[in-house]
Amino acid sequence: MWSELRDLREGQDLGTPPRGGEPVALVVDGKPVTVPAGSSVMLAAATGRCPVPKLCATDTLEAFGSCRVCLVEIQGRKGYPAACTTLVEPGMVVTTQSPRLHELRKGVVELYLSDFPKEDVPGGWSELHETLQQVGVTGHPYGQGENHLQAPVDDSNPYFLFDPAKCIVCSRCVRACEEIQGTFALTIQGRGFASQVAASQGERFLDSECVSCGACVQACPTHSLVEKSLFEGGYQRAQSPKA
Amino acid sequence: MTIKVCVPRDAAALSVGADATAAAIATAAQLAGQTIQLVRTSSRGMFWLEPFVEVETASGRVGYGPVTAEDVPGLFAAGFLQGGAHPLAHGKVEAMPFLARQERLTFARAGLTDPLSLADYEAHGGLRGLRRALGMAPTAVVEEVVASGLRGRGGAGFPTGIKWRTVAGAPAQPKYVVVNADEGDSGTYSDRMVMEGDPYVLLEGMAIAGYATGASFGYIYLRSEYPHALAVLNEALATLRARGVYGRSVLGSDFAFDAEVRVGAGAYICGEETALLESLEGKRGMVRFKPPLPAIKGLFGQPTVVNNVVSLASVPIILDRGGAHYADFGMGRSRGTLPIQLAGNVKRAGLVEKAFGVTLRQLIEDYGGGTRSGRPVRAVQVGGPLGAYFDQRLLDLPLDYEALAQHKGMVGHGGIVVFDDTVDMAEQARYAMEFCAVESCGKCTPCRIGSTRGRELIEKIVRGEDVARNHRQLLALCDVMENASLCALGGMAPWPVLSALQYFPGDFGLPEKEPAHVV
Ligand SMILES: Cc1cc2nc3c(=O)[nH]c(=O)nc-3n(C[C@H](O)[C@H](O)[C@H](O)COP(=O)(O)O)c2cc1C
Ligand code: SF4
Ligand code: SF4
Ligand code: FES
Repeated sequence: MWSELRDLREGQDLGTPPRGGEPVALVVDGKPVTVPAGSSVMLAAATGRCPVPKLCATDTLEAFGSCRVCLVEIQGRKGYPAACTTLVEPGMVVTTQSPRLHELRKGVVELYLSDFPKEDVPGGWSELHETLQQVGVTGHPYGQGENHLQAPVDDSNPYFLFDPAKCIVCSRCVRACEEIQGTFALTIQGRGFASQVAASQGERFLDSECVSCGACVQACPTHSLVEKSLFEGGYQRAQSPKA
Repeated sequence: MTIKVCVPRDAAALSVGADATAAAIATAAQLAGQTIQLVRTSSRGMFWLEPFVEVETASGRVGYGPVTAEDVPGLFAAGFLQGGAHPLAHGKVEAMPFLARQERLTFARAGLTDPLSLADYEAHGGLRGLRRALGMAPTAVVEEVVASGLRGRGGAGFPTGIKWRTVAGAPAQPKYVVVNADEGDSGTYSDRMVMEGDPYVLLEGMAIAGYATGASFGYIYLRSEYPHALAVLNEALATLRARGVYGRSVLGSDFAFDAEVRVGAGAYICGEETALLESLEGKRGMVRFKPPLPAIKGLFGQPTVVNNVVSLASVPIILDRGGAHYADFGMGRSRGTLPIQLAGNVKRAGLVEKAFGVTLRQLIEDYGGGTRSGRPVRAVQVGGPLGAYFDQRLLDLPLDYEALAQHKGMVGHGGIVVFDDTVDMAEQARYAMEFCAVESCGKCTPCRIGSTRGRELIEKIVRGEDVARNHRQLLALCDVMENASLCALGGMAPWPVLSALQYFPGDFGLPEKEPAHVV
């Protein structure tokens, strides 16, 4: 059912918006790459055909740095900087693939899956699934724990619905609403594990300041926000085979 | 002759009845036909003795405590206005061992002055630093702070002078000075004591920071739990404006500076500097990625000095006495003094300002007097809720940024919380994860989801479920949180957990390790 969506996407998502500065030359995975100053390491890596996995970044929004799957290694820097929020510098030497990076990215993605409907993991198509494939993760080691899988679906809007069970709290919808639409109808409510996407002051989408422009739906990497027209006969959460 | 009697107005003293004690003293004096001058001062920081009453005698101040309202008639009968003997008497205050062995620079006026009396402040060295600074070039002021070796007392320990240099060098205008007064670390209260007890020293430090970096406005981001500090700061600001210390012409110079207090919303993460800036801007307190550093793009995108209360309150004495004087104290790269806050299971909880280099054992035993319960010390947490737990074997470590960091501990904001041998370290570890799950800003996944998974794994290990596998998974999770989190909350929440696992495996039902030689 996602084929239409896949066809809708044109070109490659560079992860962060293009910039127009002076050319900067750097090395990504041993290959020389030149991008305008002000570009992110993520954009440079994508330009050099060494795409870094990502979830919270997309080239229509400013970098945010929340999902932590885009970690890379940069020579001479401590730790594992996020490729999306780190700007290129002349002569930078970036590594996007290593056993250590794989270990960390896998660890992060497993945390997502520990609060994601497992029935929706196999066979799905979304940016999240793309990232799962890229990182090579299909499950998680945590067993049953606290989760948001029973949070109610909000289908009040006539055009799209919000299924919080699939939400990874990447804030792309919130930022799309602000940056693309300028409406500020969405926010993240609560703190810590309780953080959740909310429309206005925790209202239903229909009762909120949402103007149904669809910017959030387009930005959502998990189809947690998704068009209703894609579901003939109404949206139903996938059933676990056992239940 | 009018006798001066001092009763603290610090919130800790008020919480144990200082107001009632003061009222009882006023009444008793009237009944006795004695005219006294009753002054509400700041606190010395000897909290086990509050309400601590001091009487000025010919030979200096004599202390009594803890003095409740009921004790007052007896004290009058014992002639306490003349420094008479009484079971609650502690003799000359300056000679009390807890105080006599301290090196009070930042807290030089603690317990001595009326917090809101500008005359009192100036009589005790106040405004000398600002006056000297205004006669220097701003860059020279920055270099004086660099020379002092002062490092941020809010947690990260970044050199204050270097931060100021960055802000001073940023071309954009306007610039801001932001005071981090969110003081969220467990068992800490030194910021509160400064703001309630010596507000002018903070405001003087802010003006010096503004002059040095080219900022003419400051914000104090105050945690909502500090209503007394709010009232004192606002009154102090009004006084400084009225006396020409703050305003268009600071002390008659052509430097303008003013400031205001903003009250936070009760979130631990709003103490993290970028979340604090978001909150000051009226947004949700969510962490920003760095760089850009706040020194370059801070409040409203402008160059901003963000400093802790104690950092800024240490600046006036550095300008007054010179950076070299301050740097004479301390060890290694930890220069100057640190106001250490003893808390938890300790007999004498209170403020100890000491040069770096003092050991944890000296602090806990010599100053703190050991545990309040009288039982042996089992664990100590230094530097707030994200600091590692230390066991007995590490108590001889000196208080020093680098020495503690070697053991994943931290100086942090100088809080030391002591636990006796009844503490369950698995429960402490579980709590560290739970704290993170509740207080996380929710932005990044290792912290937002990882902390809850961490708590669950610890619960499983304690219940004895699949222990080896869950232990391994917990270590892997801590690695991800430490290395993939966006900020230090998620990045350091594993530290108390890993240290508890390392030093107290038995509490988790894990096999005890060989007692390793750890120091
Ligand atoms: C989770 C977290 C909480 C923090 N809480 C505080 C705080 O309550 N007060 C404070 O001064 N610094 C706090 N900090 C440190 C600040 O981010 C920042 O380093 C400090 O305000 C800089 O001032 P300083 O250099 O004078 O210490 C916190 C940091 C983190 C990561
Ligand atoms: S609804 Fe979609 S875009 Fe919004 S936070 Fe959740 S996963 Fe991200
Ligand atoms: S580590 Fe925690 S507090 Fe820090 S940015 Fe991530 S979610 Fe927010
Ligand atoms: S893509 Fe970089 S942190 Fe999400």
